[in-house]
Amino acid sequence: MAKKSYSFYPGCSSQKAASSSNYQVSVDTMCKELDIELNEIPDWNCCSASIGYAGGGELPRLALSARNMALSEQAHAGQDIVATCAACWLATKETQERLHTNPDLLAETNTALAEAGLKLNNDKNIRHMVEVLIEDIGYEELGSHVKKPLEGLKIAGYVGCQTNRPFGIDGESFENPKYLDKMIETVGAEACDSYEKKVSCCGGALAFSEPEKSQALIKDIIESAYDNGADMIVTPCPVCQMNTEVYQDQINAKYGTKFKMPVVYYSTLLSVAYGKSAKEAALDGQIIRAKQLEDIAGK
Amino acid sequence: MSYNNEMIEKYRGNFLKEVTDNVEEGDWVKMCMQCGVCSGSCPLGPHWEHPPQEIFMMIRANKREEVLESTSMWMCTSCYNCIARCPRGLPITHIMHGLATYSRRLGLAPQQQPTAKFAQLFWNNLAKTGRVNELKLGLSLYFMNGFAEGVKTALKMKNIGLNMLKTKRMTPMEMLGGHGCKDAKGLQAILKKAEELENVRIGKSGA
Repeated sequence: MAKKSYSFYPGCSSQKAASSSNYQVSVDTMCKELDIELNEIPDWNCCSASIGYAGGGELPRLALSARNMALSEQAHAGQDIVATCAACWLATKETQERLHTNPDLLAETNTALAEAGLKLNNDKNIRHMVEVLIEDIGYEELGSHVKKPLEGLKIAGYVGCQTNRPFGIDGESFENPKYLDKMIETVGAEACDSYEKKVSCCGGALAFSEPEKSQALIKDIIESAYDNGADMIVTPCPVCQMNTEVYQDQINAKYGTKFKMPVVYYSTLLSVAYGKSAKEAALDGQIIRAKQLEDIAGK
Repeated sequence: MSYNNEMIEKYRGNFLKEVTDNVEEGDWVKMCMQCGVCSGSCPLGPHWEHPPQEIFMMIRANKREEVLESTSMWMCTSCYNCIARCPRGLPITHIMHGLATYSRRLGLAPQQQPTAKFAQLFWNNLAKTGRVNELKLGLSLYFMNGFAEGVKTALKMKNIGLNMLKTKRMTPMEMLGGHGCKDAKGLQAILKKAEELENVRIGKSGA
C-alpha cells in the first residue's frame, strides 16, 4: 500500500515522559509498520479536554481547538487531522461541528485567531487513529502484518466513552461497538464478546477530583473483565488506560479485591503481534506489567 | 452592580430566557420532554443533587439559585451517554458544562466543590504555556484544599507517583518549565480576545 499521510495532533499526555507517552511509542511503532506518516501539527496546544469549562467559556474553548486546526491547514494542506487521544479528537471534532453550524461563532473565532495571525477555513476531516486503521487501512491489511499471533490470550475490549459517544466510529452502535473486538481477533487473540462494561465510564477527569465516586466505576470495569475471563484489557483512550491501570492498588485496599489486570493500548497489541520488541511496543510503560505480551515479544 | 445582580434585574422571573441567552447550548433546554433517560444513564447519577432531567424542569420553573448554586452539573464526567440516548437530541453534556461556566461567572458555584476547583486549576494550567503540565496539575490538585490536606493526599498518592516515574510516564523536570507552546503569547492573545468577544455577547463587562 502507498504511504498514507496525516496531520497529527498528539496531545499533552503523549509528550515525552507524560502519562501516555507509552501510547505514543507504540503508535509510532505501529505506524512505521503500516506505512502511516504522522506529521505533527506545528506548535499545537491543549484542547482543554472536557474539563476546562470552569475557567474557559465556550468561545475560548473553541478557540483552543480552532488554533490547532488553523495551524494544521497552514502546514498540512489536504491532510486529515488525526488524534490518538479520545479527548483531543472529540474536542477538535466538536469544534469543527459547532463552527460549521454557527457562522457567528466561526466569525468570532476567526477574530480571536487573527490576534496571532491565524485564520480557520474549517474544511478538514477530524479523525481518530482507530478510524484510520479501520477505514483507510482495513482489518485485512492490519491482519496481513501479523507475525506473532497473540494466540491463547483473552482480551476485554474496553472502548470507554469519548471514542464512542457522541460521534463514535461509523457503522458502530453506541451500546455495543465491535471494532475493538475485531481488532483483538485480527491479531489472533480472543475477544470477550460479552464484556458488559465495554462502554461504561471510568470517571474521566473526575478520577482526580472525585476519586471515590470514580474508583467505584473503575472497580466494576475491571471486575467485569475478570468475570469474562480476560487476561488483560485493551483500550483506545489515554484517560481510560490510566484510570483503569493506576488505581488498582487503591481499589484493592478499599474493596478487598485482588486486581492485577494489565491495561494496554490497541497500538501495543498490534506492535507485539507485528513482531516488534517489548521496548518498541512500550511494554516498559506498563505499571501492571503485561507479562504474556512480554513473553510473546521476547520469543 | 455585580454581574449576578445585573442578570437578576435583566431576567427577573424568566430563568429559562436567561439560560437560553447566556448558557452554552441553553436554547435546547425548552426541548426536554422529561423522560428521565439522561438521569438514568448517568454514571454518577445517584450523586447528583438534581439530575439533568430535574435541572431542566427547575430551569423552567424559575428555580434560579437552586440550580446555579447546586453541585449537580459538576458531577458530569463528560461520558456523553445522555447525549447518545436523549430521544430529543439535547446536547446535555454541553448544557451541563455551560451551566457550570455560567454559575462560576455569576459567582454562585459552590466554593468547595472539588471538580469546580479542579476544572479551574486545569484551565489555569493549560492557559499558562498552552499545554498541560501534568506534574504541576497533579500537585496543585493535591494542595487545593490547603497545605495540611495536601501533604496527606500526596502521601496517599505516593505509590502512584512512583509508579508513573518508574515507567517514565512522569518526570520531575516538568517542575522546571517543562512542555509548552513556542507561541504561548499568541495563544494567550487568542484566548483574551475570545473572552472579550464572549463577554460582549453575554453582556458581561470586562472588569
